[in-house]
Amino acid sequence: MIEIINLSKTFTRSKVLNNLNLIINSGERIVIIGRSGCGKSVLLKHIIGLIKPDMGQVIIDGNDVTRLEEYEMDKLRLSFGMLFQGAALFDSMTVGENVGFTLKEHTNASVKEIQKKVAYSLELVGLKGIEKLMPSELSGGMRKRVGLARAICNNPKIILYDEPTTGLDPIMADAINNLIIDLNNKLNVTSIAVTHDMVSAFKIADRIAMLYNGKIITIGTPDEIKNTKDPIVKQFITGAAKGPITEDA
Amino acid sequence: MREWINNLGIKALNFFIYIGGTFNLTVGTVFQVFVRPLRKKECFIQMYKIGVMSFPIVFMVAFFTGMVLALQSAYQLTKMNAQMYISSLVALSMLRELGPVLTALVIAGRVGASITAELGTMKVSEQIDALRTLAANPVKYLVVPRFLALCIMLPLLTVYADFVGIIGGYVIGVYKLLIGSTIYWKMTFDTLAFKDLFTGLFKSFIFAIIICIVSCYEGFITEGGAEGVGKATTRSVVISFLFHISIEE
Repeated sequence: MIEIINLSKTFTRSKVLNNLNLIINSGERIVIIGRSGCGKSVLLKHIIGLIKPDMGQVIIDGNDVTRLEEYEMDKLRLSFGMLFQGAALFDSMTVGENVGFTLKEHTNASVKEIQKKVAYSLELVGLKGIEKLMPSELSGGMRKRVGLARAICNNPKIILYDEPTTGLDPIMADAINNLIIDLNNKLNVTSIAVTHDMVSAFKIADRIAMLYNGKIITIGTPDEIKNTKDPIVKQFITGAAKGPITEDA
Repeated sequence: MREWINNLGIKALNFFIYIGGTFNLTVGTVFQVFVRPLRKKECFIQMYKIGVMSFPIVFMVAFFTGMVLALQSAYQLTKMNAQMYISSLVALSMLRELGPVLTALVIAGRVGASITAELGTMKVSEQIDALRTLAANPVKYLVVPRFLALCIMLPLLTVYADFVGIIGGYVIGVYKLLIGSTIYWKMTFDTLAFKDLFTGLFKSFIFAIIICIVSCYEGFITEGGAEGVGKATTRSVVISFLFHISIEE
């Protein structure tokens, strides 16, 4: 279980997270929605300890990640997988080296075992046999899927998805959504995704939380969110140009 | 007036943050050099990129510097009928000052810029964050191989530049100013002491640390996409140059 308690973060006078509270249950697929620049990615980076908060706690299975030293955090990070918005593949390495990075660096697995695991991870994301390609030879959708293969290669317990469908065509976006659901079911992991793609959010989420003005203003199942009476959430999910969000801005 | 004082305060603060950041990176890098395992293959790759690939440009700069030094000194020394001291002047100048400084400036421009551009691109494309999420220490993974490669290769390149510079002076001295070859070499080696070589090598070692730390630090703090990478690269070269010149003075 992940507990986020009173999390606050300010960047050059703008308060991105403001006493944010959220509880994420083990094994669930939670999607955090919100406008671009509202702090969704910042929240993910706090969960995996890439950013230290000004105030508050992020407690993962009893460990407060905001208080851990970097070497302790590294141990905890081995139970995470993260898919970045632009996939963040290492340009200088092949697809196979990218996917098998954690196994090579942090386990005593033999080259053969790593190759086997890499092949299995790539097969899970539907990209069998591309180990020798370089990231520059891949399309946007393939890069995302390789990023996902890298995130799942070391059997993580928690997978973080930063805008998993942004920049993809609708068919590829749907393929990624199916992949997230499949991985969640097959690997029994906790999935936390941030997105402003509502089609994706409604498809993959067990619960949806909306981040607005640095706080979670609503949380519920996709049906509850669809039928919400909250005018802010309603404006966001319908994508209306006029409403309380744009009036506030 | 108040705004001016405010700006001065911000600049002073940024200066101290920069000094603190580079100091921390230096300490962290030296510490990580002794943490096993050392990525030897990556060290050799960096030694090739930084050292071997720089041989042609260092040759050109050192050779022509030696030639110009001989020609210009001949202009004055001939008036006093002291041409035979040209060889001593060229050798001493190359070993004590010009060899280390020119090599460091060439490497800061060629290698320092490329290190900042590479790390800066990794930063803005979230590859450095990806490294951290995969429990890999970016200092250990990215800085240490470049640090070791520079600390080994820059002194070697300096010795090479010293030698090539002396050859440049020899070409002018023997073939244009018609000083006897034997006398030229005798005057060269009679003047030199091991201390001269070691002074130059010590300087080049310090320059190697400066180039590595400044260019890596600039890469790590890069923000703002392609434009940010361009600015960081320029800053890295300018700051390295300034450090070299101030240390020389």
